[in-house]
Amino acid sequence: MFRPARSVLSFLVVISALTVLWEVVKLLGGDPSEAWTPPFQWTVASDLNMPHVWDIAASFVEPAQRNGPPLGLVLVNAGIFTFREAFGGFVFGALLGLALAIVFVHSQLLERALVPYVVASQTVPIIAIAPVVVIWLRGGWLAVAVISAYLTFFPVTIAGLRGLRSPDPRALELMRSYASSSRDVLVKVRLPAAAPYLFAAFKVAATASVVGAIIGELPSGIRDGLGGAILNFNQFYVSGPPKLWAAIIVAAVVGIGFFALVRVAEVLFLRGRAAPSDA
Amino acid sequence: MTLSVVRVRGVDKVFGAGADKTPALEKIDLEIPKGAFVSLIGPSGCGKSTLLRLIGDLTQPTAGMIEVNGKTAHRARLDRDYGMVFQAPVLFDWRTVQGNVELPLEVSAKNKSARADRAKAMLALVELTGFERRYPWQLSGGMQQRVAIARALSFEPAILLMDEPFGALDEMTRERLNLELLRIWKQTGTTIVFVTHSIPEAVFLSTHVAVMSARPGRIIEVISVELPQPRNDLTREDERYFGFITRVRERLRGHEVGKPGAAEVAAS
Repeated sequence: MFRPARSVLSFLVVISALTVLWEVVKLLGGDPSEAWTPPFQWTVASDLNMPHVWDIAASFVEPAQRNGPPLGLVLVNAGIFTFREAFGGFVFGALLGLALAIVFVHSQLLERALVPYVVASQTVPIIAIAPVVVIWLRGGWLAVAVISAYLTFFPVTIAGLRGLRSPDPRALELMRSYASSSRDVLVKVRLPAAAPYLFAAFKVAATASVVGAIIGELPSGIRDGLGGAILNFNQFYVSGPPKLWAAIIVAAVVGIGFFALVRVAEVLFLRGRAAPSDA
Repeated sequence: MTLSVVRVRGVDKVFGAGADKTPALEKIDLEIPKGAFVSLIGPSGCGKSTLLRLIGDLTQPTAGMIEVNGKTAHRARLDRDYGMVFQAPVLFDWRTVQGNVELPLEVSAKNKSARADRAKAMLALVELTGFERRYPWQLSGGMQQRVAIARALSFEPAILLMDEPFGALDEMTRERLNLELLRIWKQTGTTIVFVTHSIPEAVFLSTHVAVMSARPGRIIEVISVELPQPRNDLTREDERYFGFITRVRERLRGHEVGKPGAAEVAAS
């Protein structure tokens, strides 16, 4: 069963626990203050490496630059910008991934010929591909979406192929006995049977698309997204460690939000089907 | 002769090639008259399902010919002359009961209201009115199989091909569905080819029982089951019913260990 309230609650419990753990580590090995001298001195727990939770929280409301808007607003705008790129990449990737799966399920020859390259494509680091794509497409929003799609199509192809092959062979014989076209077999049997597999892949792809978009922004010189913000705050880390952490948190929120969106779509779409426990 | 719906002549079926060659069926001749209820019975591996699949054009014969309604089996399939029912109901769990029954009608491009009317009529025929909006996984095994039968009959096929349709059900459900199937058969006039390995089931249901031997599969004899119609619970207590069961059993046994003639001796 899908219980949004319960998943949100458990999510909040985990977040609170992590926050407490973070501060406990600082309490044990962080920088000494007037009120408290920690028993240990751990480099990782210093204020530079692990700023206090409240410092990170406060950085959201402080201006990002002198006389500028608060960091929180800057990051939310950057998050929306990056989400758009990620969404574009997700759609490109999902369509390409599904198209490849459909081609492969109909042609063993093409499957055998192309799947090794599909797999090989994922062993090339995205960091190496991104600048090339940027040069080809002259940077910009499209280049970022393409880089993001490069990460998202793969799980969709692999899971899609598995899902399209999942129908009972007798279901396919049944369709044959109705003299149905291969288009009908695809639309009425293979794709519906593949839906649960596809949604599993879409969830992986949703989070990967955010990573792809952030990485894609770096060589494209795009400054309006989270990639730009992370690069920027990374360069000036020493002068304001909480800012980078704030950017990381927003990036995580975008990824989690996208994942949750796909999950909701999944629940709506697969409504009425037997719960796995019933099978 | 024109009354034959299915005509199988000299059909061989060989699986594999070279050293792995396995003959599945050898010199099969079979005539199925219109409106008949023919059971194919034999030990496992005798190719009875293969024969059914050959008639339904789901696989092709190595030699010989199959004629259905005066056409090739292939043509008959394209003309949607077959309804198929397997041992498993093979329902689509993302479709409601009615949606499942409508599926073949969608493929044959019937309009929406005609589809719904037809599906409802078919569900009424298998006594599942009121379950249209349920999902298959909410039904019992016997009910699921009835949905499968309703689906197979939805586009009024001339022939219903059934591959051990009640094999996975418990005895009581099976007996009830046997009676229902006979009622549907009478009501629709559909010719039925039925694969089973239950001798009593074959005798109870059929007008003809084709007894098969294993490896390679051959038809030993087609026994006409001359029991009164309509058959009902009393049929199962009829002396002649037991007579036919014994006859089928002896024909099967006579060929079990490759002793042709043994059955004839026992029968005489």
